[in-house]
Amino acid sequence: MPEESLVSLALTFRLAAVTTFVLLLAGVPLAWWLSQTRSRWRGVAGALVTLPVVLPPTVLGFYLLLLMGPHGPVGQFTRWMGLGLLPFTFAGLVVASVIQKLPFVVQPIQNAFEAMGRRPLEVAASLRASPLDAFFTVALPLARPGILTGAVLGFAHTVGEFGVVLMIGGNIPGVTRVAAVQIYNHVEAMEYAQAHLLAAVLLLLSFIAMQAVYFLNRNKVVVA
Amino acid sequence: MKNNISHIIRGMVLALAVSTAMLVADEIPVAVAANFKAPAEIIAAEFEKSTGHRVLLSPGATGALATQVKHGAPFQVFLSADSSTPTKLVSESLAVEGSQFTYATGKLVLWSAQEGVVDGKGAVLAKESIQHLAVANPKTAPYGAAAIEALTKLNLLVKLQPKLVQGESIAQTHQFVSSGNAELGFVALSQVFKDGKMTSGSGWVVPQELYAPIRQDAVLLAAGKESAAARAWLDFLKGDVAGKIIVSYGYVK
Repeated sequence: MPEESLVSLALTFRLAAVTTFVLLLAGVPLAWWLSQTRSRWRGVAGALVTLPVVLPPTVLGFYLLLLMGPHGPVGQFTRWMGLGLLPFTFAGLVVASVIQKLPFVVQPIQNAFEAMGRRPLEVAASLRASPLDAFFTVALPLARPGILTGAVLGFAHTVGEFGVVLMIGGNIPGVTRVAAVQIYNHVEAMEYAQAHLLAAVLLLLSFIAMQAVYFLNRNKVVVA
Repeated sequence: MKNNISHIIRGMVLALAVSTAMLVADEIPVAVAANFKAPAEIIAAEFEKSTGHRVLLSPGATGALATQVKHGAPFQVFLSADSSTPTKLVSESLAVEGSQFTYATGKLVLWSAQEGVVDGKGAVLAKESIQHLAVANPKTAPYGAAAIEALTKLNLLVKLQPKLVQGESIAQTHQFVSSGNAELGFVALSQVFKDGKMTSGSGWVVPQELYAPIRQDAVLLAAGKESAAARAWLDFLKGDVAGKIIVSYGYVK
């Protein structure tokens, strides 16, 4: 495999790993809140989290480019923090991927929390476990298949990331040129052999990821 | 009742008239290089006015459009951003031999959306403070290849390489610069030029000796071989009306 393909694959996996890590940190509490809250904001929050599923990546990419640019509020904030601007950087891709893949991680976890019902927590409370204690020793272990499913889906979706990266990445080798963009470049330059090789690797990985999802959910109907 | 019948008859006459008009007015699907999108729209409007034929423009990067043509895209005419892609399509029998001609010669400009950033000699390229210089993908977009050629001749390519960000087409490259995410970039003059002057920001029209002329060729594709409307569109493109519009966008005819 040519070196530039390997570089793009390595970058893709680094992006997917970092994104999945951030998604779990943010997604588990968010899913927990969505599953437990009776706030009237629940519907709005749920809709916002799910929005990227139906939003074209170009729409998200376009707005992120404007928001994170020098005239956008996010761009002005990151500059004020001394971080510079996010477009054309690895950090920018992580931010974009986290926003875009949030629903794929939050929904399975939220479903898992909702499926277990209130009973386990009530039992834990009657045994004098604090709510935090109950969350870590009862809720999290019970929701494990949902959390793993969310992680696999988030990872696999980020590996296949294309549209948003194309809009805000700038196609920089080793920094923002991920595998899917590399495939697109190869096809445009009519380098079909290289495109095939990379595409086959992504196809195989996606299949393995889906197998993992089905394995994790083998005892129930998959809601993903 | 009588009224109803006359309504029906009138409706039928109208339907007949519309369908006859549709027989005469053809639709011509045209693949157009992203840099020529704006003038092509104006020319297409003029063409429609004088012939009634509708031109359906699909803008994109030249390489991407060529790939689509190879895989059966139904375009009848290709307005490329270079001359080699149409030649290649002719040699592969995907375009009609003898139909190729240069409709415009493009100019490269170093441009910033801000006033006063780019000076009249391009000396800004040597500044350390530049963080991002946008170019179109040199593998697929002729203006990208021209930008790399110019940087190479200026002995600046090695120094600026880490600062390069690539747009997928010259249109996206322009977007990177106009949104301010890249302070400056190499774009097509046609994107920032209208009626004899720069529309906004600051720019340096790159001297012709720094890059091979960007001869933009048009060609009749195999799918348009039998279409009189497609041939009429190509003739219109060679004419004076189109020529004036092309020049007003900063191209050399």
